[in-house]
Amino acid sequence: MSTELQTVSKIAREKEEIGNFRFPENHKFDAGYGLTEKTIDYISDVKDDPDWVREFRKKALRVFEGKPMPTHWASHDLDNIIFDNIRYYLSSGAKSTRSWDDVPQEMKETFERLGIPEQERKCLAGVEAQYDSEAAYSNVQEVLEKQGVIFVNSSEGLKEHPEIFKKWFGKVIPTGDNKFSALNSAVFSGGSFIYVPPGVKVTHPLQAYFRINSENFGQFERTLIICDEGSEVVYMEGCTAPKFETSTLHSAVVELVAMKDAKIQYITVQNWSNNVFNLVTKRGLAHENAEIRWIDCNIGSRLTMKYPGVVMKGKGARGEVISIALANDGQHQDTGAKMIHAADNTTSNVVSKSISVGTGRSTYRGQVHIPRHLKGCKNNTECDALLINSSSQTDTYPAITVNGNDHATQHEASVSQVSEEMLFYMQQRGLSEGEAMSLAVNGFVNDLVREFPMEYSVELKRLIELEMEGSVG
Amino acid sequence: MPEATVEPIVIEPDRSMVNNQSILSEKPSALSREGQPEWLQARRTAAWEKFLATPKPTITDQTWRFSKLKQLNFSDVEYAGNSAQAMSLAAIPSELENLAARFVFVNEELVSETHYDDSLTAAGVRILPLDIALNELGDIVKKHFMARETKLGSEKFAALHEAAAVSGVVVYVPKGVVVEKPIEIVHWVDGENVAIFPHTLIVAEENSQVSVVDQFRSTDESSSNWMIGCNDLVTARGAKVGYYAFQRLNESSRAILLNNSSAERDATTTSFTLNVGGCWVRTENMSYVEGEGANSYMLSISLPGEGQEFDQRTFQHHKAPHTVSDLLFKNALFGKSRTVFSGLIMVDEGAHYTDAYQTCRNLLNSEKAEANSMPGLEINADQVKCSHGSTSAQIDQEELFYFLARGIDEHAARVMIINGYTQEVTSKIGNEQVENLVTDIVAERLKRLPI
Repeated sequence: MSTELQTVSKIAREKEEIGNFRFPENHKFDAGYGLTEKTIDYISDVKDDPDWVREFRKKALRVFEGKPMPTHWASHDLDNIIFDNIRYYLSSGAKSTRSWDDVPQEMKETFERLGIPEQERKCLAGVEAQYDSEAAYSNVQEVLEKQGVIFVNSSEGLKEHPEIFKKWFGKVIPTGDNKFSALNSAVFSGGSFIYVPPGVKVTHPLQAYFRINSENFGQFERTLIICDEGSEVVYMEGCTAPKFETSTLHSAVVELVAMKDAKIQYITVQNWSNNVFNLVTKRGLAHENAEIRWIDCNIGSRLTMKYPGVVMKGKGARGEVISIALANDGQHQDTGAKMIHAADNTTSNVVSKSISVGTGRSTYRGQVHIPRHLKGCKNNTECDALLINSSSQTDTYPAITVNGNDHATQHEASVSQVSEEMLFYMQQRGLSEGEAMSLAVNGFVNDLVREFPMEYSVELKRLIELEMEGSVG
Repeated sequence: MPEATVEPIVIEPDRSMVNNQSILSEKPSALSREGQPEWLQARRTAAWEKFLATPKPTITDQTWRFSKLKQLNFSDVEYAGNSAQAMSLAAIPSELENLAARFVFVNEELVSETHYDDSLTAAGVRILPLDIALNELGDIVKKHFMARETKLGSEKFAALHEAAAVSGVVVYVPKGVVVEKPIEIVHWVDGENVAIFPHTLIVAEENSQVSVVDQFRSTDESSSNWMIGCNDLVTARGAKVGYYAFQRLNESSRAILLNNSSAERDATTTSFTLNVGGCWVRTENMSYVEGEGANSYMLSISLPGEGQEFDQRTFQHHKAPHTVSDLLFKNALFGKSRTVFSGLIMVDEGAHYTDAYQTCRNLLNSEKAEANSMPGLEINADQVKCSHGSTSAQIDQEELFYFLARGIDEHAARVMIINGYTQEVTSKIGNEQVENLVTDIVAERLKRLPI
């Protein structure tokens, strides 16, 4: 048993090594520790915010201060976040650049070590890379630019395109949605702003990469994606941070707006080091016949709380959440989905698979709401959990509200482990127990992994193999 | 049947009881009863203080999520006084034919007590009214009376019950004794804003068997009654206990029903609840599956109509390996009605090889009905098989078409489908008499609902 645990933690360390390196901090702008109105003024001054943004931030700060920690339902680990010990804004002062050559050497090295984004540029339509508070690099293919696609960081978005930005900013996720969306609204910096004009189908994915390099730093990016009528886009994000002595906070807000007949696919591979608190609010608004899909994979972080949602506002809209979570020693993956049906004939689908290894804990929390006046709404929710070790934990807490007799919902959850027979069968054919376990786990998530784009699904399989190796004694 | 000829013992109501005290301003009379043991006095006093000190549930309490908290208003509610109908109610015969014993309470007063089988007493079986048992069964009652922690949200109301409960029955079955016929207990509540606190405690020693039917009824169709009832099932090694609650209050009444069961090694508990009455009824079912090889079955049928709301909270706690629990709750909703189901399966560390299942189904028969489901799992062990499922839907059009195609009119077809839907639960009760009674009440109920 003890050797088993040792191997698990060894593997966990190896996995972290992927992103575990850092460069000396070199900040021209540092808002210091703690959060007060002065911090907000500092951020607004540095970013040269318009007045309405400064006001928006200050209002959000008051909301944040007024809201209690949601520990009446969430993990008490949240109480370990000390807001006074966090730095809310750090940047080197360099402007985001469109040329890879102009990216500062250290940042370039960071992203190159992570294998992003140079190598992947060829198959991507656009890339944005964020280093602490600000974007270091962003680029979008010329052909898309000509079609009117906007892909910039959010600071630039709100200055350059206020007419589109302001209309939807904070509309899908209001400041007061929860304590952490309020915090993000107060200190947000970075993140992407994407606008796809009517009828434009972006064939290759747009990508963003988030990196925390500084200790005690909180990253609060804000992403807003708007797909106009009949347009389509796929957006991918990845995130890493080195392993610091103290814990780090990442609290993003992501808003998606899919107009009539539009399609948005949002893919996340989250591999924060496992002392990052990852508290993210993600929600999409789907108009008539629009489709929003969240494809979400959580492997890293200490505590992740993330429940991507879709508000189906227009008739025939469709929402989907595909989620894979892997909780290893000391990790808690508290993920789920929120499906709000607000028009007739809307359909939603949630498929969640989680794996708990060692002392890891995975939680599914979900909400499905179908109000009184609607007709023909459907929801399907499936949650499957796999427990690898006897100290592993898994929880499921869905909440489903259905009004009226013209809807159908079903929810199913199951918990199981890899059967001894299955392992025996594979060992019979010459696989080691570890290999057999890894294969079984990959099989468990395989149908979901296929939903990820090629490059990601290969990487995911490798990450899962790495996590699983040595988890059996 | 020779037992049926036994004359019921009719007890003259105790006219000394104090009438018309408001729950919020007056202590329950049970607190100052003379002659009750010291431990009970102390427990009741502590419970009353706990009731006063515990804050009311709020909307941020997870255990009260989706609940209508405004229903918890006790400002006009009074302790039960005497009922003029006591004697006539005592004379109503049972709907069940073969019983081991029968008790009738009206507004907490025991008005009829019948024992049909003397051999049980000889075998050491004790079936006593609560207030007598509290004095006479000493250590057994002391050990088990309200001994289980309430943790599904109604701590405050469980404390009130502990302070105030004087009516109900304690059943003690010694080692190896099988009580074949069920024991029936009927609680009537009479009068506007009157509250009763019925209590049932079943202690089954090793390898014994017993089953109990609790009936909760209102004397009229309109006065709003309150009921806070608790029942505890304590099942020792290899024992089998069945507990069947029939909640048939009128549609103006409110109730909180707390059910606790614990199963030791190889023991089996079955608890069943039928909900047809009440404008707001909350049930909390706690099941502790404590010994290796223990089984717990939790069943419920609810048929809410216009203006009714049932709030169901359940907990299946597996503490030992090789245990089984199976929950099946079926709701059929009519008119503007509402249900809340919140269930949790918790498997402790070390409770390996556990099989735990939880199924909640909602059949929505009206466009105004609302069903909320929160099935939950918390698994801390390995080698478990756990699943939960929840569905909400209406009658399948194809099923209906099949009936219509065979010349059965739509109303009759719907009634048959709903009957069949509830039958899956009824058939798991495992006692033919009780199953037949459930079928009859469901059929009667369906005649009165808009289908």
